[in-house]
Amino acid sequence: MGEVTLTIDNKEVKAEEGMTVLEAARSAGIKIPTLCHHEKLEPYTACRICMVEVESRGRSELDTSCSRPVKDNMVVRTQSEELTEIRRTLLELMLSHAPDARELQELVEEYGANRNRFAKEPSFCIHCGLCVRYCAEVKKKNAVVFVKSGVRREISFNKEIASRECWKCRECFELCPTEALQTAYLLTEALTSDSSSFELEPDA
Amino acid sequence: MPLIKSPEELEKVREEILSRRDPHKLCISVCAGASCLASGAGEVIAAFKAELEKQNINADVDTKGSGCPGFCEQGPVVVIHPEEICYLQVTPDDAGEIISQTIVGKKPVERLLYTDPDTGNKVVKMNDIPFYKNQVRHLIGNNIKIDPKSIDDYLAQGGYAALAKAMHEMSPEQVIEEVKESGLRGRSGSGFPAGRKWEFCRNSEDEHKYVICNCHEGDPGSYADRRLTEGNPHNVLEGIIIGAYAIGAQDAFVFVGDEFPQTVENMRLAIKQAEEYGFLGKDILGSGFDLTVRISIDGGGYVLGESTALMASMEGRIGEPKTKYDHATDRGLWAKPTVLNNLQTWANVPLIINNGAAWFRQTGTDGSTGTRVFSITGKIKNSGMIEVPMGMSLKEVIYDIGGGTVTDKKFKAIQVGGPLGGFVPESQLDVQVDYDQMTDAGLAMGPGLIVADESTCIVDMVKYFLTFLAHESCGKCTPCRDGIRQMLHILNNITAGRGNKGDLELLELISTVQKKAALCALGQGASDPLLSTLKHFREEYEAHIEEKRCPAGVCKALGAVSSGANV
Repeated sequence: MGEVTLTIDNKEVKAEEGMTVLEAARSAGIKIPTLCHHEKLEPYTACRICMVEVESRGRSELDTSCSRPVKDNMVVRTQSEELTEIRRTLLELMLSHAPDARELQELVEEYGANRNRFAKEPSFCIHCGLCVRYCAEVKKKNAVVFVKSGVRREISFNKEIASRECWKCRECFELCPTEALQTAYLLTEALTSDSSSFELEPDA
Repeated sequence: MPLIKSPEELEKVREEILSRRDPHKLCISVCAGASCLASGAGEVIAAFKAELEKQNINADVDTKGSGCPGFCEQGPVVVIHPEEICYLQVTPDDAGEIISQTIVGKKPVERLLYTDPDTGNKVVKMNDIPFYKNQVRHLIGNNIKIDPKSIDDYLAQGGYAALAKAMHEMSPEQVIEEVKESGLRGRSGSGFPAGRKWEFCRNSEDEHKYVICNCHEGDPGSYADRRLTEGNPHNVLEGIIIGAYAIGAQDAFVFVGDEFPQTVENMRLAIKQAEEYGFLGKDILGSGFDLTVRISIDGGGYVLGESTALMASMEGRIGEPKTKYDHATDRGLWAKPTVLNNLQTWANVPLIINNGAAWFRQTGTDGSTGTRVFSITGKIKNSGMIEVPMGMSLKEVIYDIGGGTVTDKKFKAIQVGGPLGGFVPESQLDVQVDYDQMTDAGLAMGPGLIVADESTCIVDMVKYFLTFLAHESCGKCTPCRDGIRQMLHILNNITAGRGNKGDLELLELISTVQKKAALCALGQGASDPLLSTLKHFREEYEAHIEEKRCPAGVCKALGAVSSGANV
């Protein structure tokens, strides 16, 4: 693996080939907010809060820093008015589900987010997928998965696997940016209900 | 049927098929497209057969369930060859009269002919009907002569000659050069030059390469792609085989949904027939080139039209888009170099090889060559599948082909490109069917055109598209999933009389962020219907919010008395 040099926020940063922009920035002490990122997991690029401006080979574009591989001579900006507007709006969209979540609160002030901008739908889940992916990629159990599509997407525990694995594990609870309220509720529901919560509703 | 091993053998087979056919023999073609079948075309065909038998002339007259000729509004469509007398909205009860009057008596049945709404004149021949006359039908013109279940019909029309030419007179590089020279751009919407994509893939080092034909047509109200494939499957298949030869792919897939059973059935049969004749399999036409084509049934979700989601689904994984930094032509399906093209792109390939790039370029504009097949629906007189030359204005499409709005109600807008496309108001109908002009106008080159008249509520129609996307988004990324949720919430309020000052600005904020931040093209384009209507029909939104009034009289909560059904 060779070494590359890139510029992040006007600072020259050396990084290993194969690293992501996020990893390079963090190694240089430059902070980029993340919510769905986890070091042990594959880049997921779902929360979009880590977006940065990337200039490479004469082209400038917005991209998620958690997934973007570093390139020699790349120029990255992690702060701009445009990025602030994007991050603020994304936060506000997530706050509609979990207005009091601690991890979101930490960013609310920094980006001037208004927790009442959008209509509330308190599901206590921002669909970061940390529980789902941790269970699949690290624990290799797939006890908790995403079901349904679009605005109906939600996490769901497979009763059979959950009854065997979850109670002694619960490692996903600690990863949850919204205090695992939804995870705990759905796990309990899966373990106590007669039928599996895995059933798909027929399309409306 | 013996395996055809050379171009000479192919021509011999073709001559043999033609020698068995008398070009002057009468043939009753009944459209057997899904739309006409739903209107009773199957019963019409049966009635013709029974009637011919009854009158004891079944040896003198052929009957055929044909590919869709397009005039779906007026189906079942019946065309009598060789004169091409065209009858519309034919029922089984009409079979007797058509046979005694036209087949035996050589006179048209006046009441079943097309009536020109302006002059009241009857039009006898298919190609004299304005709907057909004003199209350029390179891809679908032969449909009415072809039974999509008969490879012999396709061969009788010159089928697979382009394949023989490509394999025996041209190197793969020459095929790519010809396609590049033709200016053919991908018909999926993005319009990437097909020849260049093929070249990238051919030059990729990995020897195992794949070709995918995308028949996944998910836009609500759009049916051009499936009708084209089901109506002339061998045309699409021939294009795929030529492309695979040029690219050097050993495996090809047709990605199509179970919700189009007719398309799946006809394509499956076409593949089987092509294998039997030697157009697929080992050593195709004695060229030494091998190819297998398989059908890959999609999971039915709209988002599977996105290339990374499509390939994930084909690989048996969840059909969700993924951020990727490799081109599919380097690392695509199963991490192998892959060319993914829309079925309309493939269907054009035999035309280019047969007639040459220069011929192909004669149709269209400098930047967009050839034709485009659309379905046109909504409040339009002549709805159906149409093929228009690139460069034709939307005004010509609507009035010269579509015949204008369905009643005398005033035209309001045409929606181009489905849930990820935009609306065009009357003042901008000079926009041409052209990739660059459409992109500039905020439109996507999707296969569906939907016409709205003054009885259509624009806010309600945008709400319809967003409701569709609320279910069809995969739900993975925040700006798409939650952006759509909030946009829909605001629109629901507006149409229910609960709109507030500032709603439109909030909608614009969500749209802007969604466009910049969403993971894939679905999220990035989800606000296009909304943004284009906020630009062109803002006063209609304002009437809903400020005056609590729906100008089209659709939104029930605002006092509308009509049914409210819009799309």
